Amino acid sequence: MAAVDKKPVTGAGPLNGVATWVDQRFPLVSLWEDHLSKYYAPKNFNFWYFFGSLALLVLVIQIVTGIFLVMHYKPDANLAFASVEYIMRDVPWGWLIRYMHSTGASAFFIVVYLHMFRGLLYGSYRKPRELVWIFGCLIFLCLMGEAFFGYLLPWGQMSYWGAQVIVNLFAAVPLVGPDLALLIRGDYVVGDATLNRFFSFHVIAIPLVLIGLVAAHIIALHEVGSNNPDGVEIKAKKDANGIPLDGIPFHPYYSVHDLVGVSGFLLVFTAILFFAPEFGGYFLEYNNFIPADPLKTPPHIAPVWYFTPFYSMLRATTAEFLLPLWIFFALVLALAFVRSRGGLGKLLSAGAAVVLALGFWALDAKFWGVVVMGGSVVIFFFLPWLDQSPVKSIRYRPKWHMHLYLVFVAFFLVLGYLGIQAPSQVGERVSQVGTIVYFGFFLLMPWWSRWGTFKQVPDRVTFHGH
Amino acid sequence: MSDQQVDRAKRTWLIASSCAGVVGGVATAVPFVSTFSPSERAKAAGAPVEVDISGIKPGEKLTVEWRGKPVWIVRRTPDQLAGLKKTDPQVADPNSDRTAYPIPAYAKNEARSIKPEYLVVVGICSHLGCSPSDKFQAGPQPSLPDDWQGGFLCPCHGSTFDIAGRVFKNKPAPDNLEVPRHMYLSDTRLVIGKDEKGEA
Repeated sequence: MAAVDKKPVTGAGPLNGVATWVDQRFPLVSLWEDHLSKYYAPKNFNFWYFFGSLALLVLVIQIVTGIFLVMHYKPDANLAFASVEYIMRDVPWGWLIRYMHSTGASAFFIVVYLHMFRGLLYGSYRKPRELVWIFGCLIFLCLMGEAFFGYLLPWGQMSYWGAQVIVNLFAAVPLVGPDLALLIRGDYVVGDATLNRFFSFHVIAIPLVLIGLVAAHIIALHEVGSNNPDGVEIKAKKDANGIPLDGIPFHPYYSVHDLVGVSGFLLVFTAILFFAPEFGGYFLEYNNFIPADPLKTPPHIAPVWYFTPFYSMLRATTAEFLLPLWIFFALVLALAFVRSRGGLGKLLSAGAAVVLALGFWALDAKFWGVVVMGGSVVIFFFLPWLDQSPVKSIRYRPKWHMHLYLVFVAFFLVLGYLGIQAPSQVGERVSQVGTIVYFGFFLLMPWWSRWGTFKQVPDRVTFHGH
Repeated sequence: MSDQQVDRAKRTWLIASSCAGVVGGVATAVPFVSTFSPSERAKAAGAPVEVDISGIKPGEKLTVEWRGKPVWIVRRTPDQLAGLKKTDPQVADPNSDRTAYPIPAYAKNEARSIKPEYLVVVGICSHLGCSPSDKFQAGPQPSLPDDWQGGFLCPCHGSTFDIAGRVFKNKPAPDNLEVPRHMYLSDTRLVIGKDEKGEA
């Protein structure tokens, strides 16, 4: 549209002239309207809907504090540990910025796990929001990468041995594994070369991808519109102007509303920041206050808490666990075989069972541990198609679906707890049960999510004004 | 648009130039990916290491660095060596037959060493690269079975190894601890990373 065709901007007071000049050269007004003042969000958002905007807030905190940390940090195996201590002791207010960054990392995962659980509760990944969910899963992968690469940078004992373990995961891949691990490390052991490249990934490569994915996540969301606790499509009922009857403009209604969430979050965040920044060794592990020593693994190493559920499943996959694991997958595939109508489905499920049997027999438990851990994250991507429930929201699903969610969450937390603990016989058994429950929850979802008596979903959202 | 004829020649050239572009792109990616592999300096740092073992008392361990990895030299007591007989049925690969970390022929025996008294192994767990801790004391203790004969416990994922570095069955680690190429220059001088056949 040529500049002269656009209407002058009104409503910006003394800035009308400037805004008009910009709008005739840049889609200022349409961006503002599409994403804020005329983006209609359902009016019945509840507590769970704070965590999306909070994730964005934590992202900003991490980027800003990160920029300032890089001004003092030295990515060199001989200098890194001391430069972090320099930030903590000598740089004015450096401790605050460093603790904001380290606490922010844990806060990011808390907020994102709750944000993902919200999606599970209200079926926010169901059609037409599959891509919103997939972009979200990619963001989650990037976050895990950021956390892992960032954790090496202080060059403490946990940094060093954590990186050693995770890089060696790649060595478990048949044939190319050892070369792949060498390529990632850039040396025969984790060393200066590894530290330098992880620094590059942490401060530039992944953040760039992350910001792009966050933009894609929000653009996709604003294209299809937000879900809500009732799982009702508000776009199905519109007024004469084409505005959803149950929608309210994001700005000012939710921009102001979210400030309440921000205040609550900052209360907790700053309390941890000032009074317990190490959070009892969970946010900053005590062993990481010892400089990295390539010759000595600390007596107990564990990843930071947000990785431990997945790490527990890796640890649970021992040689003797392969048979029960195969029986479990074979049962799931047998169910798929019986239930699939087409010949192709039957062929694929039978083929997968045979391939797994051969694979479990031919390849080490070490490799399958890595596959189980990778699979436990990748399986999130398939949630939009695994969930076959006729309604989206948990509010209108059978009561026992909620109980199943709680069992899943309980096992997720137990796996997380066991991943922090030193290996033990009992812990190994429990995490093996947990691994089966975790995969059973997802892989059997196409069947269980259809069972039971579903309630009638209302035409309009349920909303009680204050 | 639809009633226009496809210009075959133009399309052929579009496809050809796209292919040429892809080849160029891949060729450009090669140097970028190559920068990930170990530098010449890192490769040169892998020279053999000479060790004086005269100071190790029976039941003690000496750790030296070779290629950035810990190499352990354990001087085993007769009791510890006798314990290997008991662990034979409990370990996954008693004769060191697996080939993931090929064992030199001179160490392919129950004690996994040239001289039974001295064990020389790379102290890196074959699971995910942690360095196991010493658990030389025999008998029941946390994280270990009650008939423990002395050996090593990996703190990361609980793999256990006997005093010859052989991994116990049903543990995450698939392989025994790696025995590097090594040879004795004299009774008290050992060189790691090199044997009669050349450098590792």
